[in-house]
Amino acid sequence: MSFEDWYRQDRLPHIYCAGCGNGTIINCTLAAVDQMGWKKEETVFVSGIGCSSRAPGYIVTDSLHTTHGRAIAFATGVKMANPDLNVVVFTGDGDLAAIGGNHFIHACRRNIDLTVVCMNNQIYGMTGGQGSPTTPRGCLSSTTPYGCAEIPFDLCELAIAAGANYVSRWTSYHVKELEKAVKVGLETPGFSFVEAMVQCPTAFGRRNKFKQVADHVEYLRAHSILKAKVDRMIEQGEKVPEDMFIVGELSRRDRPYIGGKR
Amino acid sequence: MTRIEFWQGNTACAEGALAAGCNFFGGYPITPSTEIAEHMAVKLPKKNGVFIQMEDEIASIASVIGAAWTGARAMTATSGPGFSLMMENIGYAAMTETPCVIVNVQRGGPSTGQPTMSAQGDMMQCRFGSHGDYSIIALCPANVQEMYELTVRAFNLADKYRVPVFLMADETIGHMREKIVIPDSVERIPRKELVKGFLPFKADADLIPGFPQFGKGYGVHVTGLTHDERGYPSATNPNLHAALVQRLVDKIELARDDMTDYDIINPDAEQVFIAYGAPVRTVQQVMHDRPGPEIGFLRVRTVWPFPEKALAVFKNAKRFLVPEMNLGQMAREIERHVRVPVRSIPKLGGELHTPGELVAALEANR
Repeated sequence: MSFEDWYRQDRLPHIYCAGCGNGTIINCTLAAVDQMGWKKEETVFVSGIGCSSRAPGYIVTDSLHTTHGRAIAFATGVKMANPDLNVVVFTGDGDLAAIGGNHFIHACRRNIDLTVVCMNNQIYGMTGGQGSPTTPRGCLSSTTPYGCAEIPFDLCELAIAAGANYVSRWTSYHVKELEKAVKVGLETPGFSFVEAMVQCPTAFGRRNKFKQVADHVEYLRAHSILKAKVDRMIEQGEKVPEDMFIVGELSRRDRPYIGGKR
Repeated sequence: MTRIEFWQGNTACAEGALAAGCNFFGGYPITPSTEIAEHMAVKLPKKNGVFIQMEDEIASIASVIGAAWTGARAMTATSGPGFSLMMENIGYAAMTETPCVIVNVQRGGPSTGQPTMSAQGDMMQCRFGSHGDYSIIALCPANVQEMYELTVRAFNLADKYRVPVFLMADETIGHMREKIVIPDSVERIPRKELVKGFLPFKADADLIPGFPQFGKGYGVHVTGLTHDERGYPSATNPNLHAALVQRLVDKIELARDDMTDYDIINPDAEQVFIAYGAPVRTVQQVMHDRPGPEIGFLRVRTVWPFPEKALAVFKNAKRFLVPEMNLGQMAREIERHVRVPVRSIPKLGGELHTPGELVAALEANR
């Protein structure tokens, strides 16, 4: 089997814009799921609202496309009622960090056995490009026309602080690394959080001087800095540049969890 | 062997749920419904069921809907403020035809209002509270026995019609203690399964599609978006949306005779009380004090869909008197169906109507 076998072929073509990074993240996730050897009938994908949350509709398994921000709360019900199911949540930065922030931190606290893949495009894409809780300072969106004045969330730090067993971050450039990270997330009992930085040419790139899709992907590559390197820099008293974000495995631990298989 | 207990209404509700096979409870503490959650927290783990206290009521109803898709008989219990928070996901349950039971032990509102006092102020909210057109079923208990029996019924109706079913109790009934007769067993109407190979959202002649339980290999996509019979989003097709919403409403409204539940006393009377929930008890007191055929009484247990056919039974009615612990929410619904005057007897503040208040209404303007 390959990741392609997990797609619901009669739903294609998808709604994503040309150049969107979400398809890359879904491919990586499904490749990891495929490597797990899971049966389709034992696997459920859950999502909220937004571009990323359309993903489960393109997958052949049972899937629940829910209300805005609530995917993890719905997934908690699925997983607690039938812990033998493998439950994967697709979400985005608006869905997870704004309207769904409370469910996110409580799922981390419970350390419930879910894997959450967040496609962070730093913008509300589906509604046409409004600022989100992860829009970087100074970036333009339709609701931050003079540059975003607020400080963005670091979703991975949030997940670690709230208690998630496994946390990692990669980008749509790092497809091999991302695939491996999702697989480790799927294998790790308890709450696993994988953040994938993605380009959104239509709503973000267009307003923020990424004329080509490749420019944005290159930006994501060039501004990601490995966890190991950051650790070395801190050790040597060097300052990590503010516009860089850390990628790699940020937390792997074995806290007590709920919702494990019977 | 049946057995007799002396229980609080909320306990009877929880026990009714357990008897009905409820195996998932997702909730959040709120007065005056909390005893239901507490009772389920004790009992469900011993029955291999799941109790989970969620971070808020939005998450509670979300977890209930998620659990329902795995085949669980799932419920939550709350009161006004929590009920308001649940509204968006209640619409999701209606749109996705998810069977679930929502108990609202009503308290005084709006806002935080009167947490420990009784009210019936959420009757319209339970019918219309989420956005868009849809239909639901709501049952109103007037004693501890009915807290048990109507909770059982709520689960059966939810599974039969694939719809959220509300037990619209109130603080009076939730917290009162009364004799209750527990039956040996209760009726359980199973959910109609989807026949493999059939489309998951294509309704049968009863307007209800078979249920494709998660984990059984159906590969069903469930979405709150307007969807076709495959379950696939199709949000800009006007005819498809109209047909879907019409079916969601019709499957309940056209079947109302099946789910209707009321008592008629003295159908030839000219003056007729209509009541549900706690005010039923005050009407019963008045009728006890004034025996004879002169006072009619329509006692309603299934409040939504409203049993308007029952109104026609009172052919001599010159006036309907509707005591409610709100400013006349169901009285307005009754007005739609009758040609004679409907007199609302509102009571706010959290206390029951006194028999004297109902007698005064009976004697006014005769």
